[in-house]
Amino acid sequence: MRYQSFLIKYAEIGIKGKNRNFFEESLVQQMKIALHRCEGKFRVYRFSGRVFVAVDSAHYDFDEVVGALQHVFGIVGICPMQIQDVIPYEELQEKVVQFFGEEYPEQTRKGLTFKVHCRRLAKNYPMDSQEINAALGEALLGAYPETAVDVHEPKVMVHVEIRERIYLYTHTIPGAGGLPVGSGGKAMLLLSGGIDSPVAGWMMARRGLKLDAVYFNAPPYTSERALQKVVDLAATVSAYTGPIYLHNINFTEIQLYIYEKCPHDELTIIMRRYMMRIAEAIARKTECGALITGESLGQVASQTMRSLECTNAVCTLPVFRPLIGNDKEEIIGISKKIGTYDTSILPYEDCCTIFVAKHPVTKPILDVIARHEHNLDEKIDEMVERALETDEVIIVDRDGRKN
Amino acid sequence: MREIYLDNSATTRVFPEVAELMTRIYTEEYGNPSSLHHKGVEAERELTKAKQTLAGILKCEPGQLYFTSCGTESDNLAILGAAAAHGRRGKHIITTPFEHPAVSECMKYLESQGYEITTLKVDGKGMINPEDVAEAVREDTILVSVMHTNNEIGSVQQVGEIGRLIKEKNRNTLFHVDAVQGFGKAVLHPSRMHIDLLAASGHKIHAPKGIGLLYVGKGVRIRSTIYGGGQQGGMRSGTENVAGIAGMALAADMLYRDLEEERAKLFRMKKSFAEKIASLPDVQLNGPQDEVFGAPNVISLSVKNVRAEVLLHALEDRGIYVSSGSACSSNRPHTSSTLTAIGLPKEYLDSTIRISTSVMNTEEDIDDTVRALQELVPVLRKYTAH
Repeated sequence: MRYQSFLIKYAEIGIKGKNRNFFEESLVQQMKIALHRCEGKFRVYRFSGRVFVAVDSAHYDFDEVVGALQHVFGIVGICPMQIQDVIPYEELQEKVVQFFGEEYPEQTRKGLTFKVHCRRLAKNYPMDSQEINAALGEALLGAYPETAVDVHEPKVMVHVEIRERIYLYTHTIPGAGGLPVGSGGKAMLLLSGGIDSPVAGWMMARRGLKLDAVYFNAPPYTSERALQKVVDLAATVSAYTGPIYLHNINFTEIQLYIYEKCPHDELTIIMRRYMMRIAEAIARKTECGALITGESLGQVASQTMRSLECTNAVCTLPVFRPLIGNDKEEIIGISKKIGTYDTSILPYEDCCTIFVAKHPVTKPILDVIARHEHNLDEKIDEMVERALETDEVIIVDRDGRKN
Repeated sequence: MREIYLDNSATTRVFPEVAELMTRIYTEEYGNPSSLHHKGVEAERELTKAKQTLAGILKCEPGQLYFTSCGTESDNLAILGAAAAHGRRGKHIITTPFEHPAVSECMKYLESQGYEITTLKVDGKGMINPEDVAEAVREDTILVSVMHTNNEIGSVQQVGEIGRLIKEKNRNTLFHVDAVQGFGKAVLHPSRMHIDLLAASGHKIHAPKGIGLLYVGKGVRIRSTIYGGGQQGGMRSGTENVAGIAGMALAADMLYRDLEEERAKLFRMKKSFAEKIASLPDVQLNGPQDEVFGAPNVISLSVKNVRAEVLLHALEDRGIYVSSGSACSSNRPHTSSTLTAIGLPKEYLDSTIRISTSVMNTEEDIDDTVRALQELVPVLRKYTAH
């Protein structure tokens, strides 16, 4: 077993002043949940302002553990560490040379620059950190003459920390970044089957939000498979966020009523306004502090600035649109990275794609839209009530549907 | 809600008798038919019995039957096996434009390997003219592949006539028939119909998924594509699926015992559907409706201005299960090769559902379905996006 422990690096949490304790505790909790599924025994603990994962079992799967930790928001870097007992310098030097050789096998060493960075917290160790840096640098150069020392911009930092034991590490594996899930409260994601909304949810979860989600189902215009697709997307996202409560709302009646009563080029805008209203109603009931959508400015007619003004006007909760400034290609890139892309492109209809006018308005005027919405006055309130009553809560975790 | 299952061309419900027999084999006669001891002999006996039953139905020798994992594998073995065995003699193959992917994808592959594929013309009812087949056969034609019953519109080819004309023109040309949809619903006597290779599947005839059948005519050479323990004369290695084979034989036996009666019942339901649906405006039935060229159990219905997928889900809401003639979607358009091949107008391509009955359906199922369609179609048409 090359590594017996992992040092967890987190950037933003460290600077949150009085909240630091709370954030660190959230992070430790999320890490424990993530590691729970991994083979082996692990201990997550905080020590002198840092977070560690100690391996307590004889075996574990390195890739599995790193993969699990890479799903925890708040972690910036994961450093796999080798632990040695406190040993005399000569022995330590031998271990460091050997460790470096394992970390950077021969074919990767040519032209590699490094710097030794020693921290001596156990002040009774006979050499001080400067001396150790110099001596180890020399020893490494001697053993691996194809490498070079660069104290300003080394490609590799060889960390040697001397505490109650000696910790060695040279690699930092990138983490997902952001803030621990839940540390910023909870928000309601409008989840469709497309590429954008799961990415939007993921991005806001990375900023510390716990997610609930709402899906608008329109049978018989959408199928059970379309719902399954949304459940699958939620499952993929929940690998990062923990279980998601997915609210499945039957929207057919409202959609048909709008189709019957309102100008067809305004269908999508009016439909989206009702989706926002319903999402907000559920958000309030479930104590979500915001709505999240996958809108990206100008991507489609309902996502122009004027259109967003119209859909935004029906909400009082803040609406988070993390993708507003992203190009489609960037969004696709993230969706591939987080694993939702392949599901998103499955060809099942969602209710947005069915009643689409050939030439929807791109510059709707709020007053006009609101006036046309009055055509719905007769029945729409009871329809919204009924839609809210259809709410089916599906609990989704990374394995899929739980209820 | 009563369940009305009308998607029997996709798959069927297993006959309870078949499930019972298979459970017995799984739990009691579970031996490997190749084993020397009693358990092996017992399993082999089931295998022999099943082969005899199926041979009786196809009027062939039990030794001419090979079992595979599905219809697709049977078609693959027949076509790729024939091409491998006869590719040195010639590289010309004839097929139709409405074959199942199990056949058409093999043809695409062979084309990429240097074979020349001739695709025949098909008329508006989904029929191939046997004379056209004869005309296309050449000296170097090694194989002709024609589907017996089309899975989307139910047209039934005159395979006997086609076979006769092929052999008249070139007696070395092999004739393969994909009878996955026809087996269990039509009399099939391959040797009399000049068929050399015939594929069938268990799950279309109330046996389970995971079992397929390939008939190989006497003296017909094809090369196996699976290597292993040499079971089934080396044609298809792998321990035989004894329970599946026995289940398929029993299901076939149950269907062929009263075939004429069952065909009559299915045709009655099909006629009754056609008569009753006629009152709905702007609908059309595709494919031959008569009893010679039309399948007894396949109804292809185009409903103008209604998306097939929406109609399918609306029927599903009432417990009625059908399939869409072509699975179109806004994200990834697949247009059906059969519906395109018969020249169905564009506005119907995405508005065609398939209703496929089986002997387990009743007249009442048809009546309820017609009633549901009469109620749903006008409502759905009201909300058609233009």
